[in-house]
Amino acid sequence: MITGISIVSVWVLDQESAKEFYTKQLGFEVTTDIKLDNGMRWLTVRPPGSTNQELVLMDPAHSMLDAETAEQVRALVAKGALSPGVMSTTDCHGDHAELAERGVDFTQPPADRPYGIEAVMRDDSGNWFSFTQRKSEQYT
Amino acid sequence: MGVSADVRALRIVRRARDRIDRDYAEPLPITALAAEAGYSLGQFIRVFESAYGETPGRYRTRRRVERACELLRSVNLSVTEVCLAVGFTSLGTFSRRFGELVGRSPSAYQREAARVGGPAPIPGCFALMWRTGLPASAEDRNFGEAIALRVGVASGER
Repeated sequence: MITGISIVSVWVLDQESAKEFYTKQLGFEVTTDIKLDNGMRWLTVRPPGSTNQELVLMDPAHSMLDAETAEQVRALVAKGALSPGVMSTTDCHGDHAELAERGVDFTQPPADRPYGIEAVMRDDSGNWFSFTQRKSEQYT
Repeated sequence: MGVSADVRALRIVRRARDRIDRDYAEPLPITALAAEAGYSLGQFIRVFESAYGETPGRYRTRRRVERACELLRSVNLSVTEVCLAVGFTSLGTFSRRFGELVGRSPSAYQREAARVGGPAPIPGCFALMWRTGLPASAEDRNFGEAIALRVGVASGER
C-alpha cells in the first residue's frame, strides 16, 4: 500500500541561499544537511506543520545529472519553468500577508477558486508553488 | 556567453515576466521593465524573447487578455470595466487584441461563458502559469510562427 510521498526533489540554483530562504523566509526546519563522499550535499527541509513530508533541495551541478543536463535544469529553474507542487496552508490570506512581509515573491495574491483559496509564490531560485487552502479536508 | 551568465540573465527576465504576471493592471511600459532589469530596451527584448519565445510586449498582451477571459467568465463586469481592470486603456485596442488571441469578441466570449456556465475544470493557477489557456485554433491563426518557434525550441530542433 502506498501511503504518501515522503520526499519531493526541488532543484535549486544555490543550496546555501535556498536553505536561508526555506528556513528564514518560509519557516521550514532543516531535517538533514550532510555532504556525501561523491560531492552531493543532501539537504532536506520540512514545513513547520508536517511530520512526514520533506523537500530535498538539490543542486543540479552536484547530483546524478551530467554537466550538460545540469546546466539545462539550472536554466529551466532560473527562467521559472518548473513547479515542484502545491503547498497547503490552513490560512492562505494570513500566511500570504506574513510571507510577503518577509519578502517572499508572490506572482498572484490569494484568490477564490472552486477548490479553495489559492496564491502563487516563487522560491528564491525561481521554482513556483501553488499556495492553497483547500475547501475540503479530503485533499489535505 | 558563459553558463552562469545565462542563468543570471534568465533570472533577470524571469523577474520581469513575474512582474507582468503580478502587475498586468498597471501601465507597465516595456522601457520601464528594461530599465528595472538593467538592460537597454533592445537587449531586454532580445533576452526575453530568446528565453520565452515571444517579446515582453506580446507576453504582456497575452497576460492581460488571459486575465480578461477569467474576469469575463467569473465576474459580473461590463466589457469596458474588464478592459480597464486588466490594464488596457483603450477599448478599441482591447477588443482587437482580444479578438486576435481568442478568436471572438469580448462580449461574444462573455455571452458564451454565461451560457455554458459552471466553474472551469482546470485550477486557475495552472491556467495562469501554463501558456495554453487560449483556444488552439485562434493561436494557430495568429501565432503560427511563434508556436513553431516554441515547438522547435522545446524539441531542440533549433
